[in-house]
Amino acid sequence: MVLNCRHVWDYISGYLDNTLDAQTRADVEKHLEHCEICSAVLDSTRNILILTADDRVFELPVGFSERLHARLTQAIAETPPDEPESSV
Amino acid sequence: MPPQIEARDETAMIERVLGGQTETFHELIRPYERSVYLMALSLLHNEAEAEDAAQEAFIKAYRHLSKFRSESRFSTWLISIVLNEARGRLRRKQPGLTDSIDDTAEGSVTPAQLTDWREIPSESLERQEIRTLIRRALSELPVAYREVFVLRELEERNVQETAETLGITSASVKMRLHRARLMLQKQLAPQLKSAVPVSRRRFPWF
Repeated sequence: MVLNCRHVWDYISGYLDNTLDAQTRADVEKHLEHCEICSAVLDSTRNILILTADDRVFELPVGFSERLHARLTQAIAETPPDEPESSV
Repeated sequence: MPPQIEARDETAMIERVLGGQTETFHELIRPYERSVYLMALSLLHNEAEAEDAAQEAFIKAYRHLSKFRSESRFSTWLISIVLNEARGRLRRKQPGLTDSIDDTAEGSVTPAQLTDWREIPSESLERQEIRTLIRRALSELPVAYREVFVLRELEERNVQETAETLGITSASVKMRLHRARLMLQKQLAPQLKSAVPVSRRRFPWF
C-alpha cells in the first residue's frame, strides 16, 4: 500500500517501538526512502526521546536524599508501619 | 532496571521492616528516590513541592507497607503512591486539570516538518538552556499525556505496567504516548534546531 505522509506520522510510534506488522513496516520504510520530510520527522522524534530520557534533564535537588532520610527517620520513630489509625 | 536492583531480595527486606527492623526501609527505597521525585516533579512543576510530595509518598509507603502485594513490583507500587499524592495536590490547586481525555477522538498531531534535521548531540544537554527547553516542553503536555510519557520514556515502564499504574487501557497508553511524542517533536524540533549551533559544516574547506 502506498502511504502518504499523514499515514506515516500515525505510524511513527509503532515504527520506533517496533510494534508494526511486517507489511506496514515495509510500507513505512518504502515511504521513508524517498521522503525527506518524514525521515526528518522520524529522526527528530527519536532524538528528542533520547534527549528527554537523559538523566541530566531532571536532576535531584542538592541534599534531596539527606532531607528525605532525615524525614523518614522521624516518621519511623513516630509510628511503626501500619498503625491502625493511619490510612492512605 | 540496573541489575543490582533486580538482584535485591525486596520481599525479604519488606518482611524485615514489617518484623520490626524498620531501619531496613531506608535501604529498601534508596534505588527509587529519583523515580519517585521525577514522577512528582512531572506533575507538579515545582521542585520544592515535588520534593515534599515525594517525601510524603515514601512516608505513606512506610506506613502502609503491609498492604503491598508482591504480584506487582515494589517500584510500581511506589510510583502509584506518588502519582496519587501528586494528583491530589494538583486537583487542590487546579480543579478540572486532570479531567479525562478522549483517546478515541479523531485529530492526529501534525509534527514539525523540517528537513535537514541534524542529530542534536547529547553534549548539548550540558547547556542549561537546552535542558530548560526540554523541561518546558514536557510541562506543557496535557497531564494525561505527560503521565504516560514519563512512565514509558523516563521510568521505562512497559505498556502493561503503565496501563495498570494509571488505570487505563493499553490502547490508551499507546495512543497517548504517540500523541505526546509528536507534540514534543512539534514543539522541540524547531527550538532545538535553532538552539544548537551546527557543528559540522557542509563544506569544511570554505
